[in-house]
Amino acid sequence: MPSFELNGRTYETDEDGYLINLADWNQDVAKYLAEGESVDMTESHWEVVNFLREYYEEYKIAPMIRILTKAIGKKLGKEKGNTKYLYDLYPGGPAKQACKIAGLPKPTGCV
Amino acid sequence: MADVNYEIPEIQDEIETPRLKEGASAHLGPYPAQEKHMAPLGFPAARVEDWQSKGVEKLGELLKKYRSLQVYLDICVKCGACADKCHYYLGTRDPHNMPVQRAELMRGVYRRYFTPAGKLLPGVVRAHDFDEETLKKWVTYFHQCSQCRRCSVFCPYGIDTAEISMAAREIMDSIGVGHKYTTEIVGKVHTIGNNLGIPQPALKGTLEFLEEDMLDTSGHEIRLPLDQPGAEVLLVAPSADFFSEPHIQSLMGYAKVFHQAGISFTISSYASEAANFGMFIGSFDQKRKIAARIAKQARELGVKRLVVGECGHAWRVAYSFWNTLAGPWDFLDPNYPVPQHICEFTYDLYKKGALVFDRDANDDKVVTFHDSCNVARATRMGDRPGGQMMIPRELIRATCNRFVEMDPDTIGEKTFCCGGGGGLLTDELMELRVKGAMPRVTALKRVMEDKEVNFLGLICAICKAQFSKILPIYGIPMETVGGVHQLVSNAIQLGAKRGIV
Ligand code: SF4
Ligand code: SF4
Repeated sequence: MPSFELNGRTYETDEDGYLINLADWNQDVAKYLAEGESVDMTESHWEVVNFLREYYEEYKIAPMIRILTKAIGKKLGKEKGNTKYLYDLYPGGPAKQACKIAGLPKPTGCV
Repeated sequence: MADVNYEIPEIQDEIETPRLKEGASAHLGPYPAQEKHMAPLGFPAARVEDWQSKGVEKLGELLKKYRSLQVYLDICVKCGACADKCHYYLGTRDPHNMPVQRAELMRGVYRRYFTPAGKLLPGVVRAHDFDEETLKKWVTYFHQCSQCRRCSVFCPYGIDTAEISMAAREIMDSIGVGHKYTTEIVGKVHTIGNNLGIPQPALKGTLEFLEEDMLDTSGHEIRLPLDQPGAEVLLVAPSADFFSEPHIQSLMGYAKVFHQAGISFTISSYASEAANFGMFIGSFDQKRKIAARIAKQARELGVKRLVVGECGHAWRVAYSFWNTLAGPWDFLDPNYPVPQHICEFTYDLYKKGALVFDRDANDDKVVTFHDSCNVARATRMGDRPGGQMMIPRELIRATCNRFVEMDPDTIGEKTFCCGGGGGLLTDELMELRVKGAMPRVTALKRVMEDKEVNFLGLICAICKAQFSKILPIYGIPMETVGGVHQLVSNAIQLGAKRGIV
């Protein structure tokens, strides 16, 4: 099982570096994962990550992008509630890259 | 261009047959399935100790079970007509991706254990043991076949390499050598009901969200009902339609058609998946279990008709196999095709005058259409031969003013796979997917440059996901990709006149 070390702890991941245990997540882990993705975490990045985690807690799946963009638009202003804004934040794709940093499993299926 | 550590094929004016490069894609293999993926499907958790004899035994079993497999292994005359017809060969240059060479990986084993000459003089008839090296090649190259069947169109004997690759995967699963992506997904269908693993409350929330969205944008109360007994139609869509862009645009298109025609329908959370990855892993048993969920729901909800959303291989399974897998469907209304493709459904309503389209609504687009391999080569729509090619095009013409065809050698039954079919739509195979898309991208670029095409119409969830990812790597914007029902969704006139069916 792949894993990484951070602050003296070992974290298990899947082959693509997604955390295996949702509960392992914390801000330092998020920063570490973001670094691996070359994403510099700003306030706006955290907003997305926090929303993803809240949604996942409730529904056990990541939200579809449209739900995410609407929520971000509500919180940060309409001009930010769109896919382009999300891709600017997470060029690797909000669904896959942001989910990884948020400690959610990788969405798989026909996606 | 994207930042990748492999060479992205340069797009030429025409699709060129490349020079061979031995082992060019030998490094591209799938992630292995683990115990947690294999065990729930009834496969050995890890590679079994006597895997060689067990594998050969399984091959023997399949030869008895599928007469066609035996024929395909026997009759190839090595004429080479198929050699340059596979998108993975054209894109990777690896000779093992020539269909004839791919099949040879199984033929060698077949000859060794099942023909007198191979048993006695293996070297003379190019027979080889089912050994470590062969298994490694099987894992690699039978996961570089998207089971698209393009090669079979050009083979004078109709040899279907897709069937050989399905059999190879079935044999590998039986000895505990599985592919993570496909087995994990089949597992999710059994436990949650769909490939993505969307639980009922999330699905409900998503559909309500989209209803609100449609109310905001159209001013009409268009429903996406979930788990409603007594509806006329059970709509079975690929679960990507509940999750991804541009897939959800088509979902909204379906909903508008039902709304406008005044036909009640429901989506089912228990059977919330049209896709059937049981086919990709060659497992009749898994295929049957997945299809059974749909039959069970259709009965329990008391629907009269079954309509299948935009999903290529799902339509193959539904059209060609549902009867055997989950029939009889005698409880459904015999006045309609069982099952019916959403394109057939919408087109039929349009022909009857129940729907009105405003083509100008899509005037920002010049549209071309990519035939999905499974739909084009393994199914039918409507009552005329070639309907599976004709009906989606007719729908596009009914909803758009400008429609252009790509190179005739790349459409219809000669269509190229998107590069992500057959259970290969997974990130560890990204290099393969990018390279395998080369032929389609070549034909697309041609019409983009010559005919100003800016929209690639699709009827498959895998094609949509694959092209959304791959086209940007070739410098083509993601927004180029969309569903045929996305065009319907834009053009349909709501409230103009209410259905007459
Ligand atoms: S079925 Fe398609 S992917 Fe497989 S060998 Fe034939 S052309 Fe290639
Ligand atoms: S076209 Fe058919 S007969 Fe000819 S090499 Fe290919 S599989 Fe064999």
